[in-house]
Amino acid sequence: MKRRGFLAVMGAAFVAGCNKLAESETGSRLLGAAEGWHKSAHRFLQDRKALAPEFPRSAVSPYFRGNGSVDPQNGDYPSQAANGFADWRLEVRGLVETPLSLSLDNIRRLPQRTQVTRHDCVEGWSAIGEWTGPQLSVLLDAARLKPEAKFIVFRCADNLNGQDYYESVDLIDAYHPQTIVAHLLNGEPLPIRNGAPLRIRIERQLGYKHAKYLTAIEAVASLDDIGGGKGGYWEDRAGYQWYAGI
Amino acid sequence: MKRHALSTRLWHWVNLVCVVVLFMSGLTISNAHRLLYWGDWGFSRSQAWFEVPRFPDWMTIPGYYDLALARDWHILTAWPFALGLLFMWAAMLLNRHFRRDIATSISEWRWPAIREDILRHLKLDFDHGDGKYNFLQKLAYGLVLGVFLPMMVFTGLAISPGIEPVLGWMVDLLGGRQSARSLHFIFAFALFGFFLVHLALVLLSGPVKQVRAMITGGRSDEA
Repeated sequence: MKRRGFLAVMGAAFVAGCNKLAESETGSRLLGAAEGWHKSAHRFLQDRKALAPEFPRSAVSPYFRGNGSVDPQNGDYPSQAANGFADWRLEVRGLVETPLSLSLDNIRRLPQRTQVTRHDCVEGWSAIGEWTGPQLSVLLDAARLKPEAKFIVFRCADNLNGQDYYESVDLIDAYHPQTIVAHLLNGEPLPIRNGAPLRIRIERQLGYKHAKYLTAIEAVASLDDIGGGKGGYWEDRAGYQWYAGI
Repeated sequence: MKRHALSTRLWHWVNLVCVVVLFMSGLTISNAHRLLYWGDWGFSRSQAWFEVPRFPDWMTIPGYYDLALARDWHILTAWPFALGLLFMWAAMLLNRHFRRDIATSISEWRWPAIREDILRHLKLDFDHGDGKYNFLQKLAYGLVLGVFLPMMVFTGLAISPGIEPVLGWMVDLLGGRQSARSLHFIFAFALFGFFLVHLALVLLSGPVKQVRAMITGGRSDEA
């Protein structure tokens, strides 16, 4: 019992030291830099178009769990949902030559990609689903990116804890062949908990990058002036890693 | 000749700090989703093989629930941990520490000898065996260096979706991402078990002398 007390005291002192270090300038800079080193290593060790594993249709999970917003009640989302998303528009805007405004029908008529992939939540769980939709690269090419565009921001209809959800990726992930604007999950229109009517798939990163309830795709030169400036809802709100490949 | 080479001493202490930070930040990450699964996927209790207890804040880094900050600590410390292990393996192959002191020979794997070794340990007599380490020590250090620590690195890589396009074969070999995550947890606790036994045996076998030797190097003729 005494020994356990000793360990607890040592542990507490160690944690206090760690937190002191984390609050220091060097410490916080190091803690923030590590995700970038992993990203560089991942990018160095594989082709930028290397594919995340795809599974046979039989591997699909019987139910696809939803997290974060699972039933948005803000703005006109509830009425859009009641209307079967018939009037939903997806804008492609920002640093593009030809801004687009697409209906769900427009999106369904584009060349489609279907992929059975595993979705990994930052919390630790995984689910497998079959996603269908056009590649983001098709939309970006149609809108013609301007050379100064460096990041693609995903705007969402859901408002979580008073903030509009958004996410962003760099052009490598934006142009990755498995990055699709999904409108079908397992052959059916997306359920509301999984992002109806449109959700972006960023298959080499964790679940919070896969923005749901997609309303706009925006090309930008910098993330500094978007939201809180860290590139995504959870990044701004809770300090989640912008590169979510770890 | 020193009892412990400089490379061993450096790695030992750097690795200790890394493992403690990784373990304690890992407990916070475990608290984010306390269910473990086998196979590729799993997200609810009905698929889980084990429900991990919630670890109290005082055991965790940063000492309160903050998944993002715990992940920052975890993925930062993973670098010195993995590169340090690589360094230690290179060093102990080059300076023959592994072959001379840790690798066992077939003749040591005989039950009477192993039983004798266990009995000696139970009598708190640790100073026996022909080499620097007795059989149980070789076995423990060999398992930690050759299995537990490398498996932490491999299973950790296997649960990172960003590296899976090139390491997909390793994820398959480990039985899928959720199996890799379960193994990550199991080996972390195997290491924790080693840590407790190691600490107890150091305390029982002259802690001042042992710790001093791991800092200054000590002399090879003192056990």
